[in-house]
Amino acid sequence: MSATPQELKERIEAGIPGSVVEVTGDGHHFNAVVSAPAFAGLNRIAQHRLVYDVFGAEVGDRIHALSIQTIIPSPTPEEAR
Amino acid sequence: MSDQPSNPMRDAIQEAIGENPVILFMKGNPDAPACGFSARTVAILQSMGARFAAVDILPDPRIRQELSAISNWPTIPQLFVGGELIGGCDIVSEMYESGELFETLGIKAPVAEPEPVAATTARPAPLSIENRL
Repeated sequence: MSATPQELKERIEAGIPGSVVEVTGDGHHFNAVVSAPAFAGLNRIAQHRLVYDVFGAEVGDRIHALSIQTIIPSPTPEEAR
Repeated sequence: MSDQPSNPMRDAIQEAIGENPVILFMKGNPDAPACGFSARTVAILQSMGARFAAVDILPDPRIRQELSAISNWPTIPQLFVGGELIGGCDIVSEMYESGELFETLGIKAPVAEPEPVAATTARPAPLSIENRL
């Protein structure tokens, strides 16, 4: 069964606590924009690995391609005060 | 450890990563990339005038298998600089756009266009410019 953007979104959000995820895709190629506090202090490789790790060996197989953009959320105006 | 089977493929990949300052594992070759992500990564490196070794992972599925085991990175392409995984197409693109990739590759960045003056500090152009012809 092919994967859906909604499935990927839910799995990333479940796998990375506090993440906010947008996923687009056609069932084979997906594009994920992931914002998560957990990325803070990690380099890009480590950030992307956190996302890839949610899917393990499915990436490259059932999920043919997963393009990732990671974002470290900035504090909300409330928190920044 | 002594009875660990030898793994010539893994050894060859590790050697290639160690011996080439910049090496790209990709689908196809730089003249004929076989995947859009590999094509984009090659195009970025070429546009920077970077010298890089390239390995086509397609001829033997074990290449990809062993490469991903070494790098702990599931997708192709994979760019290594100085023996370190830099990333795939997404990260290379981001680093190119931010200018970081020039530093990583030890390439002089092209002379940047003059920074646009920040809107908040910009003053209106002086009105005294002579233009009365």
